[in-house]
Amino acid sequence: MSAGLDQPAERAGLTGSAALTSEVAAYVARLARIELSAGELDRFAKQLGAVLEHASQVNALDTGDVEPTAHPLPLRNVLRKDEPRPSLERDAVLAEAPASEDGCFKVPRILAEER
Amino acid sequence: MTTGSPTPGVTRSAHEIARAVRNGDESALSVLQEHLEAIGSIDGEVHAFITLLDDQARSDAAEVDRRVAAGEDPGPLAGVPVALKDNLCTSGVPTTCASHILGSWRPPYDATVVERVRAAGAVIVGKTNMDEFAMGSSTETSAFGPTCNPLDLSRVPGGSSGGSAAAVAAGMVPLALGSDTGGSVRQPAAYCGVVGVKPTYGAVSRYGLVAFASSLDQVGPIARSVADAALLLDVIGGHDALDSTSLDRPPSRYAESLCLLDAGGHAPGEELVAGLHVGIVEELVAGADPLVARSVRAAAESLASYGATVDDVSIPELAYGLPAYYLIAPAEASSNLARYDGVRYGSRVDGPDVEAMNRATRAAGFGDEVKRRIMLGTYALSAGYYDAYYGKAQRVRTLIIDAFSAAYQRFDVLLGATAPTTAFPMGAKVDDPLSMYLSDVCTVPSSLAGHPAISVPFGRAEDGLPAGVQVLAPALGESVMLKVAAAVEAAGASIAPEPK
Amino acid sequence: MTGDGAGDQVSGGESQVSGAGDQVSGGESYGDFEPVIGLEVHCELRTRTKLFCGCPNSFGDAPNTNVCPVCLGLPGSLPVLNAKAVELAMRIGTALHCDIRPSSFHRKNYFYPDMPKDYQVSQYDEPINVGGWLELPDGSRVGIVRAHIEEDTGKTTHAGGTGRIHGSSYSLVDYNRAGVPLVEIVSEPDIRSAAQARLYAAELRAILVATGASDGRMEEGSMRVDANVSVRRRGASELGTRCEVKNLNSLRSLTRAIDYEVRRQVGIIEKGGAVAQETRHFDEAQGATVAMRSKEEAFDYRYFPEPDLVPLAPDAAWQSEVAASLGPMPAERRSRVSELIGARGGTAGDGATSASQIATVVELGLDGLVEAAVTSGVDPGLALARAANEAAAGGDAARGLDPAGFTALLKLEAARKLSATQAKAVLAEMLLHGGDPATIARAKGFEVMDEGELATVVRQVVDESPGEWHRYLEGEEKLAQFFVGKVMKATRGRADGKAVIAALDRLRS
Repeated sequence: MSAGLDQPAERAGLTGSAALTSEVAAYVARLARIELSAGELDRFAKQLGAVLEHASQVNALDTGDVEPTAHPLPLRNVLRKDEPRPSLERDAVLAEAPASEDGCFKVPRILAEER
Repeated sequence: MTTGSPTPGVTRSAHEIARAVRNGDESALSVLQEHLEAIGSIDGEVHAFITLLDDQARSDAAEVDRRVAAGEDPGPLAGVPVALKDNLCTSGVPTTCASHILGSWRPPYDATVVERVRAAGAVIVGKTNMDEFAMGSSTETSAFGPTCNPLDLSRVPGGSSGGSAAAVAAGMVPLALGSDTGGSVRQPAAYCGVVGVKPTYGAVSRYGLVAFASSLDQVGPIARSVADAALLLDVIGGHDALDSTSLDRPPSRYAESLCLLDAGGHAPGEELVAGLHVGIVEELVAGADPLVARSVRAAAESLASYGATVDDVSIPELAYGLPAYYLIAPAEASSNLARYDGVRYGSRVDGPDVEAMNRATRAAGFGDEVKRRIMLGTYALSAGYYDAYYGKAQRVRTLIIDAFSAAYQRFDVLLGATAPTTAFPMGAKVDDPLSMYLSDVCTVPSSLAGHPAISVPFGRAEDGLPAGVQVLAPALGESVMLKVAAAVEAAGASIAPEPK
Repeated sequence: MTGDGAGDQVSGGESQVSGAGDQVSGGESYGDFEPVIGLEVHCELRTRTKLFCGCPNSFGDAPNTNVCPVCLGLPGSLPVLNAKAVELAMRIGTALHCDIRPSSFHRKNYFYPDMPKDYQVSQYDEPINVGGWLELPDGSRVGIVRAHIEEDTGKTTHAGGTGRIHGSSYSLVDYNRAGVPLVEIVSEPDIRSAAQARLYAAELRAILVATGASDGRMEEGSMRVDANVSVRRRGASELGTRCEVKNLNSLRSLTRAIDYEVRRQVGIIEKGGAVAQETRHFDEAQGATVAMRSKEEAFDYRYFPEPDLVPLAPDAAWQSEVAASLGPMPAERRSRVSELIGARGGTAGDGATSASQIATVVELGLDGLVEAAVTSGVDPGLALARAANEAAAGGDAARGLDPAGFTALLKLEAARKLSATQAKAVLAEMLLHGGDPATIARAKGFEVMDEGELATVVRQVVDESPGEWHRYLEGEEKLAQFFVGKVMKATRGRADGKAVIAALDRLRS
């Protein structure tokens, strides 16, 4: 099914599959904390480029005055009372952990401090 | 690979089973046994299940029988075997999302829908196969291998709730739960020739449903009839204080209202739809395979013959649903799946430092499709691209909602195809993500709008495979949607009595 | 201890300074340059449960015992917002003269092992409290940009090696704190000195305590401060490049870190260099700020609206209910106490001492004790001193003191039925276990020494130190304290110092 309207993708500076280079894919993979080989990066960049080219169809629609919808519900102020509920048993929680020590989750050393 | 249906399974409806068990005419244990035997003989070929819970199911069934013997009412699903998509948390039972990254994780709690199904007397028989983290339209991205379409083992069952749809279609269970983010209940229901409902967003609790795209995900029933689907929907729906996005409404009684009309076997179409205004949405038919489009037209004609007014309508904005969906859903997914980092649960691949461990764990634990979606979503949210992609898609979402609202000023329900084609052959689209994504084109608009929609089989296309007709309704329009679906079902039954 | 909270007293043993006037601010001069400082204060809210789940919000429990599917980020779990946290955030906003607005939550996405979901739920472009100001005791005003709600992270402990992040071989994570509600209060860059930053932080802490939103304990991490520091030439209007300084765990660290950072930046500029925008960590031991490691993608947080929560829009009724429930803020309470003391006169010390004592009792919420005692006739100087020194040392327990009991104790002391030392010991016991002061005094054997008994002890002490006694008789008045000390030792504090001096006088005459 096609959009049926003109697709001025350039409006958003998108130029189809060129929108996702291997370098950008590598940056995105770092952000997403997924180790990918050069071959995988290349393949994903191509596949995602095609998807993004399709996605750039949305640029055919003028959304200048349109408010974004983050959520389809009209709800507001959903709150709970400040009342305790039982916590989980620590042993059961840590039994699921890949590694634990002294009642804590154990992880390899942390290099980056900044957040 | 063979084609055609393997051993026939159990064909009795959930309504019949619950009635018999509640009346004491039949034991829940014998019902369970019958279904476990069907699973035993069929699932080797179909592979609908990831985990079978036969022992737990037997003790649950025995408990139902004990309650009946004690004069108690076990509930509306008394003794009905139910299968759960494996992204619904089950306390103490592995919940894999068909991914290696969750390892042998056993949740410490039941999803709200699981609690409710149990409380209604149902017997949970197992956890069904799915696309990994519900990302896919064919159940081929499962880390545990694909599920076959029980109607033609060389074809996919659709996805992502392919295991649930296949289990119901093959007669291994009368009812199953799936989850629908962009069509993951409706499309496999269409491919497998069963009924699948995506409820209004917020009508069914998401607590305990492992998130894919939180603003779109809904749990939905899969059944062999509209009435059975309504029965399960009544059980799982209603407010849940553990889900902030749960609508605070009284429990629904859809099944009752359908069954009142069902005194003589099938509901008389006239009573269901006479006087309703039905719109055939051009954008949900025009791009579909002619085999499928013909079924939609034929279903519409039947509705007209029952006294509904049927008109064509064009809603051009719906064509933008798919691109908007494939920006919004991956964006939310990229965030929802960040927690699989090898720290607290699931699998871990060690590394010299925590970041290396995260990367290696996620590289080994996620399959390609999940990685692609995480990458896509991370990109769409990333600094510099947000406005062009995610922000734009959110605005398109608004336009789609507004366009639907305008259409529902005129029409009570809308009609279209569930999917552009019938079930496609295994492997046909695995290497071409975009073509796979296009099979969601008819289902994503309702998802973006948060509206309910249902897929009902309507006869067979010329390739011998079932075609799904989709009935769409405005938010909380389940009642009228189910009635129209029941009428389509009745008409379909009269043209194709027993599919072979 | 005055301008500082219990935290500094316990951890740092800091001298009595009321905000301004310590060694740092005294020497604070950066030549041609002017510091421009904004503070970001994270305040843990005093709720019973966490922000999005029913786990207890409590400090110091065994690791990973206050955790559930929600705050562990288990698959399928969903957050539900704690109404009390919203109320406390509104109390803070109201106290800081902010507008309370409809707000929403976003996800801030980044990986860190102390974040169970690998994103933090926070308010981003629509915070609950916007705009506002805080007036410092010196009359200056600091603007408030926003005060928004967010969730806290868990805690990592770096194990192996030095215990610091560098050189550690692995880390341990405790999620008890994950999901504890925070309000982050962001000031305008209106602060112009380390001393003013300290005043601001101390006053903000007093306000947070007064609203009931926080216990203000910096040493437990329930109030954490980051400083955005830049410098510019005096008279310049544009801002310099700023650095964010983290890990300011006490008011003392705050002033030291800012002073160091300002000097560092001035040094760079004076040498013709340019300050690099970066995040820096304050190393307490070295007294220096150190650049933190940073990665290219470190700041690409991919904020987007949190789809698991719905927007928040407190209605006018709720807002006015919150406003009505707020008691007087510290500035008002300080002036109330000084008016009361001014009216009663009495033996309150010099103006500076009593001002700093007033600041302390108000900051720690002990002004009610002072008011109760003074209005029932206790000498204001005594009431202030006991509240600002001995009661304040009891930390949280001091707020739990019964004003009637505190008053009764001071009356016993004023009537010389208890010596100062005895009164302090009774107060310490009241802080620990509560109870009636007269009963406690009896149980401790604190009986009033009659004049005869005291005279005997004084004579004994005088006889043991003939040399000192001779010099005292010769007019060496300061030796009175020598004899008081001896008598105190002999009576194990039962004697009253003034009574001892009177007895010495009688003996001398």
